[in-house]
Amino acid sequence: MELLDNLALGFSTALLVQNVLYCFVGVLLGTAVGVLPGIGPTATVAMLLPITFSFEPVTALIMLAGIYYGAQYGGSTTAILINLPGESSAAVTALDGHEMARQGRAGPALAAAAIGSFVAGTVATVALAAAAPPLASVALKFGPADYFSLVLFGLIVSIALARGTALKALAMIALGVLLGTVGQDIYTGTPRFVFEQRELYGGIDFVSVAVGLFGVAEILRNLENEQTRTAIVSKVINLWPTREDRRRIVAPILRGTGLGAALGVLPGGGHVLASFTSYAVEKRISRRPQEFGRGAIEGVAGPESANNAAAQTSFIPLLTLGLPAHPVMALMIGAFIVHGITPGPNVINDEPALFWGLIASMWIGNVLLLLLNLPLIGLWVRMLRIPYQVLFPMIILFAAIGTYSLNSNAYDVYAIAFFGILGYILIKCGCEPAPLLLGFVLGPLLEENLRRALIISRGDPSVFLTRPISAALLALAVVALVVAVLPTIRRRRAVVFAEED
Amino acid sequence: MERRRSFPDVLAGGIFVLIGGAFVVGALGYELGTPTRMGPGAFPLLVGAAVVALGLAIAVKGLVAGEVISFGPIPWRAVAVIVLAVLFFGFTIRRLGFVPTTAVTAMLTTLASTRVRLLTAVAVAAGLTVASTLIFVVGLQLRIPLWGPWLGF
Repeated sequence: MELLDNLALGFSTALLVQNVLYCFVGVLLGTAVGVLPGIGPTATVAMLLPITFSFEPVTALIMLAGIYYGAQYGGSTTAILINLPGESSAAVTALDGHEMARQGRAGPALAAAAIGSFVAGTVATVALAAAAPPLASVALKFGPADYFSLVLFGLIVSIALARGTALKALAMIALGVLLGTVGQDIYTGTPRFVFEQRELYGGIDFVSVAVGLFGVAEILRNLENEQTRTAIVSKVINLWPTREDRRRIVAPILRGTGLGAALGVLPGGGHVLASFTSYAVEKRISRRPQEFGRGAIEGVAGPESANNAAAQTSFIPLLTLGLPAHPVMALMIGAFIVHGITPGPNVINDEPALFWGLIASMWIGNVLLLLLNLPLIGLWVRMLRIPYQVLFPMIILFAAIGTYSLNSNAYDVYAIAFFGILGYILIKCGCEPAPLLLGFVLGPLLEENLRRALIISRGDPSVFLTRPISAALLALAVVALVVAVLPTIRRRRAVVFAEED
Repeated sequence: MERRRSFPDVLAGGIFVLIGGAFVVGALGYELGTPTRMGPGAFPLLVGAAVVALGLAIAVKGLVAGEVISFGPIPWRAVAVIVLAVLFFGFTIRRLGFVPTTAVTAMLTTLASTRVRLLTAVAVAAGLTVASTLIFVVGLQLRIPLWGPWLGF
């Protein structure tokens, strides 16, 4: 019954007035950026991170987490109503959800998405609470060599799941790791690649990298083709699904939740993979596969449950290993560090109130999202009328102010422009920005553990192969790399992702 | 998948080679150390070499069997204006203070859109300046002076 005690501690933390309040602010903002195309949770979390520095650590993390899973909810709203997924994982929801909306059944589609997300969020929160402690105790046995292999494994798996060619994703990771070496060396204090500029001694701030890659680059992409958005569906009536609908969504929700909870743990956009897999599964086992693509409610309920469950369980590697599964998680690592907490297996023992409070807040956040989304759907639709000409200057301005307020360092602001342009060019060349950010955040960890492991082994590199945990992780990394590069499997991946385009 | 020469692939490869190469050259200037005690240059040298190798592979693959991607138009005006706005913000925030810097940055950024009308731009810039002053300075107590030394404060 330890789990119950822990959850009780969590809820007593999460139910404090200021925590509920900021949880609400987080999911509200998350829903808003999920609804608005052109700004995603990564850029939002990056912009708001500096603001949360004055908060209590647990409050800050609750709010940032709320933005992340709130965006998953919001993304499905626009996917259903105007066939414009605000978030990549909602792309598959648009297939049947928008079709339902065109048939005048937007209400049941939104309800199916919201109910599915809520059930998935609840189950996945319990899964997170149950799975995290044993994993964390395993992780405590990790030595530097094991950690090096773990980080390497995490980075490699993230390319196996990313879209685009494996070669480019690998290059983006390596480039991220390389840029992470700018600043003072941890062991000798030698300033590296700083061009004699004192402002660069602390390294490039990851907030600048994230805002540049996911904010500025995205804005430039959107300004390539300026067009006015039109909301086709303006009124949503009849929210409640019929008895037939309710019967049809039960099984897809449960299957989607299971799939999502399992796939969410994988690094590199597990939630996108989860929603696509769930859609494929539902279509295959349905007795009416011909309805898919023409407004099948199963095609909304399953994927929506899957991506929300995955959003929840992607906190597992973060909280137990200190390994981010998603760019937003990478930013959360930064949030932990700023508050003087090293993310990893020690968090659960050193900061139990924070750990369990964060988990409990996710369930509270899911309740708030259910309340926010169904009755207020009209408000979200109206938000789509905000013209992009107002939105993008706001993003740039808030990004600049937020980044500057981090350290009052002008170089952090210049870095936004640099990474915006670099990211824009690379994205245009078919490279995804997420691996670069993951590499950038994990690079210093990689270097530190590599050097520490070699000091302990007196320079003998075979330590990575003789320690069983490390050897197993490296073997898995090789398998993941082979899977990512092998053409036959790549083709199958292309099929999984083909429906997005 | 159609196979042919791909300009974006070659460009991406070139960027990786260039940045990776710059870091390799830089890393050689630092102490490399021994395997037991790696110096500050060793890790960047290894990773830089990996970036160069991957970049070369991407470029070569792009020449013979590239990914077919359309590069698409480049919004030059937006690129120039946004970079200028961000650099302006970084350079003048300490010197001009929060209010003037924010106003100019917002105004510049608004002009990135080709469809914007001057009146709209002014209105958006004014609105954003008021909003961000209220949010960041009044609400969040950011320690940035409202008016800077260049204005005689």
